[in-house]
Formats: sequence, structure tokens, C-alpha cells
Amino acid sequence: MEFFKIRKDIPFMKNALVFNVISFLTFAAAVFFLLTRGLHLSVEFTGGTVMHVAYVQAPELEKVRSTVTGLGFDDVLVQNFGSSKDVMIRLPAQKGVSSAQQSDKVMGALKALDAEASLRRTEFVGPQVGEELAHDGLKALGMVVLGIMVYLAFRFEWKFAVAAIIANLHDVVIILGFFAFFQWEFSLAVLAAILAVLGYSVNESVVIFDRIRENFRRFRKMNTVQIIDNAITSTISRTIITHGSTQIMVLSMLLFGGQTLHYFAMALTIGILFGIYSSVFVAAAIAMWLGIKREDLIKGPVRKEGDPDDPNAGATV
Amino acid sequence: MNRYPVWKYAIILIVSLFGVLYTLPNFFGESPAVQVSSGKATLKLDASMLKRVDEVLGTAGLKAEATTFDGNSVKARFNTTDDQLKAKDALQHALVPDANDASYVVALNLLSSTPEWLRAVRAAPMYLGLDLRGGVHFMLQVDMEAALTKKAESLSGDIRTLLREKNVRHGGISRNGQTVEVRARDTQTLQAARAVIADQLPDLQMVESPDGSDFKLTATLKPEAARKVQEMALKQNITTLHNRINELGVSEPVIQQQGQDRIVVQLPGVQDTAKAKDILGRTATLEVRMVDESSDAGAAAIGRGPVPFGSERYPDRNGQALVVKKQVILTGENLTDAQPGFESQTQEPTVNLTLDAKGSRIFKDVTRENVGKRMAIILFEKGKGEIVTAPVIRSEIGGGRVQISGRMTAMEATDTSLLLRAGSLAAPMEIIEELTIGPTLGAENIAKGFHSVTWGFLVIVAFMCVYYMMFGVFSCLALGLNLLLLVAVLSMMQATLTLPGIAAMALALGMAIDSNVLINERVREELRSGASPQAAIHAGYDRAWATILDSNISTLIVGLALLAFGSGPVRGFAVVHCIGILTSMFSAVFFSRGLVNLWYGRKKKLKSVAIGTVWRPDGDGTAVAQAD
Repeated sequence: MEFFKIRKDIPFMKNALVFNVISFLTFAAAVFFLLTRGLHLSVEFTGGTVMHVAYVQAPELEKVRSTVTGLGFDDVLVQNFGSSKDVMIRLPAQKGVSSAQQSDKVMGALKALDAEASLRRTEFVGPQVGEELAHDGLKALGMVVLGIMVYLAFRFEWKFAVAAIIANLHDVVIILGFFAFFQWEFSLAVLAAILAVLGYSVNESVVIFDRIRENFRRFRKMNTVQIIDNAITSTISRTIITHGSTQIMVLSMLLFGGQTLHYFAMALTIGILFGIYSSVFVAAAIAMWLGIKREDLIKGPVRKEGDPDDPNAGATV
Repeated sequence: MNRYPVWKYAIILIVSLFGVLYTLPNFFGESPAVQVSSGKATLKLDASMLKRVDEVLGTAGLKAEATTFDGNSVKARFNTTDDQLKAKDALQHALVPDANDASYVVALNLLSSTPEWLRAVRAAPMYLGLDLRGGVHFMLQVDMEAALTKKAESLSGDIRTLLREKNVRHGGISRNGQTVEVRARDTQTLQAARAVIADQLPDLQMVESPDGSDFKLTATLKPEAARKVQEMALKQNITTLHNRINELGVSEPVIQQQGQDRIVVQLPGVQDTAKAKDILGRTATLEVRMVDESSDAGAAAIGRGPVPFGSERYPDRNGQALVVKKQVILTGENLTDAQPGFESQTQEPTVNLTLDAKGSRIFKDVTRENVGKRMAIILFEKGKGEIVTAPVIRSEIGGGRVQISGRMTAMEATDTSLLLRAGSLAAPMEIIEELTIGPTLGAENIAKGFHSVTWGFLVIVAFMCVYYMMFGVFSCLALGLNLLLLVAVLSMMQATLTLPGIAAMALALGMAIDSNVLINERVREELRSGASPQAAIHAGYDRAWATILDSNISTLIVGLALLAFGSGPVRGFAVVHCIGILTSMFSAVFFSRGLVNLWYGRKKKLKSVAIGTVWRPDGDGTAVAQAD
């Protein structure tokens, strides 16, 4: 089987501007939604109590809500969780009331409403912990960006590092934009997924950059645009197949992983799709505009000895 | 050129064996067990309990598969839950005659049924996180400010005593927050006070300043001493929590320090959070009372006659009773420290108590009036009192430093001081994070995680085999080995598997296939440009390697950053992610090349390789490569 029967290099870079405009518009929309709607942060970040109550028969959410608000909690969130029989109740952190008292009180009232209600999971996070987690999350993101840039700058060149980071941070912002737009819950697991996506789409950019570097060595007569086009074309089958395989795994999580892994898998799905887009259309184009040259990558006239990629080293037989 | 030397195959073989060996324990599951642990802080379990359990089981006609003693508890494993329940009843009956005064806690438990030969090489199953097995998780924040304030309080008492002993006429000592202030009318007195304090209490640093017409000496704990106070407070709180949790009869509690001032408590299998919280938050109380030394009380103590009015009867640790007055002189709150030590002259083991300022004042008055009489220190746990020690008062004791000596071994002194300390928390704690997961939810999460991995894995395997044919099969074997190694390494590290961890496993597999896709595409490309099969394999692997290394390192950077800065579920994810990348480099490159070499490498005149269609733009797309 072969899915990719491509005769000529696809002129990706000819349309680079169009792709980047699309990309920029998506990015702008994401930023817009992030600013106007904000993220629906999970209790891990905000502090408070989350209770997951299971019923035998699907309860009326309105009744559950009024029962809980009747206990004197403001700003209560009651919603279905996975199925109509599972209800998630989120209470804000209250001063002076211990978490045990909160959940006991709520459970008592709910049991009075429906004796079959059972508490499956409670989570209480103090406000100071939430702040710390948000702080640590940002620190992790910063370290990831810095680490990758240093590595790419060292392994390739600063222009590639800048291009890769711009392309990949744009993925991250777009995922966040989706979470803001749909008001999906942003939890620690989602944060982990986003950071994984960052690594993943850098991985993608690296594969293409690697090919660009190799092409600079191999095809001395091609210009930069042709070289980039060729690099993307010759790696496109690998790009699609790899991402397809990863997406199969993520899809499997989305289908079988249940509610806990739902948004995690969702973030990964968006991340993988935009990861392909940004590495193919954005990263390479930015690198092109930053003016990558053959001389940047192949330093000095002296070639490394025993370089397997060197076309003049003789046939590798 | 596509030949591996024997040692490379040897490495592959050894690593695979290692993978199988350490993954195996995860398949044995758990078998029912009964656990016997101490129910009281005053009782320490030792190896003799092992014999006793065996005896009890023997008389009940039950045969335990194995009984073990792990320092804190005795565990007996059984084949069936039926035996387990019978054994629990028998043990409960024999060891705990009075349910209201339980010396031992007999609890049902699950133990890994990994066979002996596997355990001999330290192969054990992964530890399941709370989200997979159900239970409660607490994070407690220790109020370090309170610990320091408490220390300052006791230091101000110390300074007062010291200055009096040395006849330094100070103008008042007070505690202000975490500092102690000493006032004096003139600088000479202040200097004298300073010299005394510096000499006797080296943990303090002092600053002089004028205070109106007087002079003031402000003493604070040196940073390293303050750190030590905090460390001690944390340690003591952990010890106290241990003692309390033992009461719950939880099978595998986790009580860990986290960061500078936090304690994580995980109680798998516990569902009654309210009770758990109650027990964690409760303070065992310590009381000091006078022993009733009337003749009536003496008779009552040995069980001949009623306990006199205004007195109570409590047993001591050896089971002998004493009658003590109901009036409480001091409580554990006034006790700031208890340490074992030695008498300076006789070298007799002692227990040294430190009381706070209020406690020392009361203690001084009481001891002055009761020289020659006995006082009792009673520890109340679960509403039951037990006399820890009942020493005779030899003289008036001022200054808040109490030394208990006489008829004690060094071991006993250590135990007693531990008990006195264990009664109370060194600093108050607050629950800042709490998580309860029902047991059914845990089982569901396991199933969900398992299904996610299985289905994803199967679909990828099917696709790879169809698309890349023989090379796809090699890739899938490599992927299988990757999973095996990942589980083996995690089991060996005794890592805790959580649902995000399983997700990371699935993701690691999805990403590991990337390396194989890179290789296979490269080999196809080489074949397309007309290389001979052997050359194509060689060049394909060689050229893909640089790319694989680069992309894996960048992913590894992400994993390490997550590991360093993440917490909770993010960390669980990161551990699996990092290990997955490392194992994938071995399996996808080294191992799959080994398979390819084994299959194709020997054939000198290899005409074609089965890697699916190698399509040529100039040709008509005939499959050049078919299975030979």
C-alpha cells in the first residue's frame, strides 16, 4: 500500500503567505476568546470542592441545584458528568468551613432528596494549592520553551529555534482558544496534554528541519524554496502516518477513557491536528522568511568525517 | 552489512528477559490477607507476634499460605476469601478479647500474590494510584509559624530561668510574635543578660535597641535553628499521624513529607472520609495528675474496694492499676518537648520534659507542695487513659525542665519520651487538599485505561502490518517490546500507576511508532531511488537515526520539564512519558534493526524486501517488493 503517490514536489512555500494568514487569523480568534471568555479552570487551580455523585436513576439537575444552593452555597456549578446518572457538583472554597463539613452537608441534603445517591469522588483543593499549581504550570511551560529553543539553536541554528517555537506556541494558544470558546474544563491533565503537544509538534518541526538541512547538503543547485518544498513533500507521508497512529491512540482514549481522560484526549486531538499544520505550513515558512541559508547549516568548508549524509562520501553500500 | 554481532543479540535477549521478568508480577493479581497491627501507641509489635498468629491459625485449623512480619504488622496470606474471613474472626477473637480496648487491629487486606521466586529478584507489581484502587488522599499543611511561636514561648521561659539563676536583674521578659524581648534598665545588665543567653542558648541571635528610657534585647532563633525546629515539627507530626492511622487498620497507608511544610496522607481502600478526617485531626491528650495515696485508693488499685470519690483508676503499661485524682494539673499543651537523656551524675537513663512558661509556673507550685508524693502522666487515646509513668517528686521543680529518672532502661526512656511527644502535634495542621475515590470508580478507571491502550495498540498493529507488511510486523514487535519494557521499568521502580500514567503509556506507544514510520519510509525512499534491498535497509536505518534522536530529545526535554515542575497527575504523566521515550529508542531502533538483520541480513542475494508498495513516479506503480 502507498497512500502518497506524489510525482512532483508540492509548492508549499508558494502559498506560504496564505497559510500564515489563515494561521494568524485562527491565532487571533483564539487570543480573542481567551481574553473575552477566559478559561474554565478546574478546581485544581481555583480551589474549592468538587463532588461526583452517582444516581441509580437520572436526577433532575434543577432540583439538585436548588437543593445545593438552598444550603447557602453561592456560585454552585451542577452538571452532568459523562452520563445523565452522574452529577458533578462544584462548590467554591469557603472560609472557616472545612471540606469535610461541606461535602457531608451536601451529601446529607442530596440523600434526603434521593436515597440512592452515592458519593463516588470528592476533591477538595485549598486556595493556596491552586495558586501554586497555576504558578508551577507556567514555570513548566517556560522551561519547556526555553529548553527546546536552546536545544534547537544548538542542534540547528537560531532561526530554526525561533521558527519552531513560534509555530508551536501558536498551537498551544489555539488549543487554549478552543478551551476558552467551548468553556471546556481546563485541568492539570489538560495542562499536561498541552505541554505534551508542545513537545510533539516540536518533534514534527525537527523532522522537517532535519530534512531541510539534509537537502541543503544534497541538492546544491536547488534554491531555499525548492529545498523546503522538497523536504516537506518527502516527509509528508511519514508526517501523516505518524500523526495518524498517534491520533488512533488518542481517539482510543477519547472513546474508551471515560470522562477523566476526555478533555485530555481532546486537547491532544486539537494539538495533533494543528501540530501538523503549523509544522508544515508555519514553521518552515517562518524559517524561510527569517532567511535560512545553506551556509548557516553547513559550517565551514571542512565536512565532518564519516558523515553518513554526505553525498560526496561515496555510495553507502 | 546488515548483520549484528552476537553480543548485540545477547543484549536484546537479556533486555527482553528482563522485561518479561519484571512485567510478570503485574499479572498475578492480589490474594486475600489478614493484617495484624498495633492498636495502641504504647504497644509495639515484634517478631513474637508472628508465632502467635501462626499458633492462633493453627488452632483454628487454618493454613496460611505465608505469614510475614514487616516491622509494623504481621500479614497472613490465604488462598480464598473464605479462609481470610475465618482467619480474621479467629485472630480477632484470640487477640482482641475486648473490642472496646483493642490492643491490636485485625484488618482485611490484599497482598500481591507474586510467587516467591519472582519476589526473590525484587520483582513486584506496580503500585496502583488512588484513582485506580479507590481511597482517600489528604494533603496537610503544617502551620510552621505556630511551631516557631511555640518554640519562642518555651525559649522565653528558658531565658527567665537562666537570668534568675545567674542573678541578672532584667526589667521583664516577653514574647512578641516569634521573638523574645528582654528589657533592662541599664546597658550593663543588658550586656550581662546577653552574655548569659549567648553562652547557654547558642541557637539565638540577639539585637540590642533602646526602648524608651530603657534598653531592649530582641532574641530571635537563628535561621538554621528555626529550620531545625520546623523539621522536628514536621517529623513529629508525621509520627503522630502514623500512630493515629494505625488505628484505622488501613492496609498500605502512605504518609510522606512533601516540600518543606506539607504532609501527604493516602489511605487506599478507606471510604469513610469523615472518620478518617476525625482520626487525623484528633489530638491524643496527655494529662498530669497526682496519684491518690490514701489507703482506700491503695486498696482500690489492687481491686479490693471501691475507688474513692474524686479519684479514678487507670492501668499502666504493664497492666497494673493506679488510682489517680481527677483534678488535672497540666495537659499536653503545656509540654513543649520530651527527650530521652542521661542523669549527669549517676548516668541513669532519664526522660527530660520541657514545659512552657505557664506549665512551669503551675508545676513549680505543685511540686513544692507535694515533695515525696507521686504524680502520674496519663495518655488518653480513643477516650481510654493509660499511665505512661508515675514518678515520685523529689524536690520542688522550677524552670519548666523536668527530669524523670529511676528504674528505666535507655530503651524505655526513648519509648516513654516518644509516647509523650506522640500525644500531641508539634504544630497544628490544616487539610489543604482532599480527594476521595470510590472503589467502583477505581475499577472502572482501570478498565477504561486498559481498553484505551489495548484498542489503540491493536488498530496501530493492524495498520502497520498491512501498510508495511514484514517491516510492519517488525515495527509492531518493537512496539510490543516497548510496552513490555515500559511496564517492567515502572514495576522495577515501584512507580505508582495512575490514570494519567496510563494515558501517557498510550501516548508513548503512539509516539514510539513514529521512529518506525520514519525508518520504514526512509527504507522505501531508498528503494524508490533504486538502491539494492540490503543497501536500502542499511541507509534507511542510518539516516533515520539522526532524525529520531533529535525528535526524541526535544520530546524528552518536555518530559523532564514536566517532571521538574509538575505536581500530582502531571508528574505521574511525566514519569511514564520520559521512560517511554527512552525505552522506545531501544526498541524502535536497536531491537527492530535486530529483527530485520535476523530476517534479511543473512541473505546475500536479497532480491526484494516486504515493506509494502514502493511506488515510483516514473513507473506504473508496480510493487517491486513482495514477500519472498
